[in-house]
Amino acid sequence: MMDYDKLLSQRAVAIKPSGIRKFFDIAAQMEGVISLGVGEPDFKTPWSIRHAGAESLEKGRTWYTANAGLMPLRQEIANYLSRRFSLKYNPQDEVLVTVGGSEGIDICIRALINPGDEILLPEPCFVAYAPIGALTDAKVVSIPTRAEDGFRLTAEQLRAAITPKTKLLVLPFPNNPTGAVMRREHLEEIAQVLRGTDILVLSDEIYAELTFGQKRHVSIAEIDGMKERTIVINGFSKAYAMTGWRLGYAAGPAPIIAQMTKIHQFAIMCAPTTSQYAAVEALKNCDSEIESMVVQYDMRRRLLADSLNQMGLSCFSPEGAFYVFPSIRSTGLTSAQFCEQLLYAQKVAVVPGDAFGASGEGFVRISYSYSVDHLLEALRRIQAFLDQLPK
Amino acid sequence: MDQLLSLLQNNARLTNSQLAVMLGREEADVAKAIEAYEKSGVIRGYQAVIDWDKTDSPTVFARIEIKVTPKKDFGFEEIARTIMELEAVQSVSLMSGGYDLAVTVSGKDFRDIAIFVAHRLSTIESVNSTATHFILKKYKERGVIFEEESKDERRLTLL
Repeated sequence: MMDYDKLLSQRAVAIKPSGIRKFFDIAAQMEGVISLGVGEPDFKTPWSIRHAGAESLEKGRTWYTANAGLMPLRQEIANYLSRRFSLKYNPQDEVLVTVGGSEGIDICIRALINPGDEILLPEPCFVAYAPIGALTDAKVVSIPTRAEDGFRLTAEQLRAAITPKTKLLVLPFPNNPTGAVMRREHLEEIAQVLRGTDILVLSDEIYAELTFGQKRHVSIAEIDGMKERTIVINGFSKAYAMTGWRLGYAAGPAPIIAQMTKIHQFAIMCAPTTSQYAAVEALKNCDSEIESMVVQYDMRRRLLADSLNQMGLSCFSPEGAFYVFPSIRSTGLTSAQFCEQLLYAQKVAVVPGDAFGASGEGFVRISYSYSVDHLLEALRRIQAFLDQLPK
Repeated sequence: MDQLLSLLQNNARLTNSQLAVMLGREEADVAKAIEAYEKSGVIRGYQAVIDWDKTDSPTVFARIEIKVTPKKDFGFEEIARTIMELEAVQSVSLMSGGYDLAVTVSGKDFRDIAIFVAHRLSTIESVNSTATHFILKKYKERGVIFEEESKDERRLTLL
């Protein structure tokens, strides 16, 4: 018999399996569960985008594209980054179309990291950066962000975490799971620490279009001296409700994009052709579709944050993405206990905050990517759950 | 468009306080706005969307196309007004195209509606002809889909 433990890559084996899977499986099998646990829009992809994809199939456009992506798409991405963020990228060699933002994160880390390099990771955050970093033999250094700072990374925390081995700062804002947003003034402070160093920034801006209030998302690449050290990762999943199309992109300095393109070429060949044709339509004609989705998210966000606060689950007012991240400390339960008991008692599934890093303990992530009626029913159940907890 | 109206159109049972939170307005301000809409007739009423087929008192609906001959002092408006006074009538609209008025009526069974058309509608002076189409199944009404809710295919995830 083969002893697979001896055969497998030690780096792969060392990656901790996501402990949350078991909880998700239980929730998925239970009847009548109200979920607040998804990470994708409830909206369908706008019709004209779906149509553009279907049309490309009807016309038989079923071949590979250029490795870096269709030129018209790269051009539209460059146009978008310019009109939204005043960022000028050359579609020839500074833009790469990827399989979702996820692939962009993967190949960016692989293109930059040598064994022993340190990656700074503000937590709580999306769960993919650390394992991918580990596969490159990077040392991943987490920086716990704090509710009292609005879950933003502060210049002071950053400065304290930097060592001579620091290679890359991951900047995951607007943030999953906290909904935190770094405004221009906060980014200026971070930039001040980084200018004059050799530290690079992976700015994961997948939720860039989903910010609320008057001020829109600012990319750190817009700040003086930052474009030359920043790789912007973005994509179509969240903004255009296109998760299943698996399409994203990276924009950054040509020498970095060249290395990323090389890895992409050998690992992936090119992003899905149908999705690329659909994405051209998204960038060209769907700004107003985004706006109307944002209006809906914003109303749900207010409803949820306000209701949770009234229930005594104190809730930092999230400014971006589609999550709220209330503290559940007042219940005396841990995040895992809260989520499990809520699931069994009231059949509501929310995600424990510590799944996004140790500093998420004491919080839960609640998605508002659901209809208002769905949210109201979930809120009623959460209230009933809190009412029956021992005082 | 005022977001307040679109929220109420989708769910008229949202409380003023919920509406205020969602819109970032004061509760008193929302109450005042709703009152103004009601007074000016922008908001005409609040109703539940009911799938009668699922109840133990099923109701039959029909859509009737009516051709009329307007007369001096008795034009479309007057004819429509006469028809809308009838209790079985749910909606009356003036149409462009092949006929003049589209009327939706409800009754407890087909016969009920047939009698209503024969005795109450056709007898109205100025009504030239009626064509009654019974509604066999409702799929969607006032934006609400009449189907078992499709299962949310989205997965629980950390993404």
